[in-house]
Amino acid sequence: MFGKGASSSKSMEIIGSEKKFSVLIVDDDPIIRKIHSALLSKFTKEIQEVKNGKEAVDLCRSGASFDIIFMDKEMPIMTGLEATKELRAMGVNSTIVGVTSCDLSSERNDFIAAGQNQCYEKPLTIEKIKSLLSELNKNN
Amino acid sequence: MEVGQMQRRLIEYTKSLFMEGILDDQFLQLQQLQDESNPDFVVEVVSLFFQDAERLLNDITSALDQQSVDFPKVDAHVHQLKGSSASVGAQRVKNGCIAFRNFCEEQNVDGSLRCLQQIKQEYYHVKNKLEALFRLEQQIVAAGGSVPMMELSF
Repeated sequence: MFGKGASSSKSMEIIGSEKKFSVLIVDDDPIIRKIHSALLSKFTKEIQEVKNGKEAVDLCRSGASFDIIFMDKEMPIMTGLEATKELRAMGVNSTIVGVTSCDLSSERNDFIAAGQNQCYEKPLTIEKIKSLLSELNKNN
Repeated sequence: MEVGQMQRRLIEYTKSLFMEGILDDQFLQLQQLQDESNPDFVVEVVSLFFQDAERLLNDITSALDQQSVDFPKVDAHVHQLKGSSASVGAQRVKNGCIAFRNFCEEQNVDGSLRCLQQIKQEYYHVKNKLEALFRLEQQIVAAGGSVPMMELSF
């Protein structure tokens, strides 16, 4: 049968909905920010967006804290890798997930070395978020 | 035309865009993100893509028109276009960008110009198709129906 949401309710089970979590989206592309924001809003209402690594660092330095930071790699002013290193140096313990449009295999080592917990090719999808969340829930 | 017919027509039309490789799964992801709290999500994202793409295509055209082409700059624009086309599911545009980057690496002006032409064609093609798709949706809603959801596998 037709109807909005008919086939979406199954795939929209919220994993870990008992546990609220906050996310920060760091990406210079407004299209990606919009998509990732809508995607994550299926899982949590606590979402903030910034458009480069420096804004992310400044935000955390001013006292904001997040459970998960989705960090784009290629950004002006401060790249994702630089921002990750700075955040780790500041003592930020959030889960940092790298998001990149480049070939993932060659970048994985860079990401892990910088202090990221995980990385994905963009754009993120519902499946990727679900698998990320179930991994994080397992580790908690 | 009654609502059921329009809905079937929309489904067939959307399916054909996937069969022809004009759209890929990412477009379905966008549709999944649309809901009552975000009712115009797909149109909004696609509109951002149109704006972005047209700006980038203009920038690439100007850059290739220079006496001495700044290939790293062209590559950066193409990289951006690849990213935004990938994020809305505009598969052929994305693939065109992948090919284009090879020509940039080789600093091949003729190859780049040909590629640009190709990408422009694919872009206007997907733009027309998506605008037609949105019009079909509007007609359904105007007639009091709801827009049918595509299944992820078909």
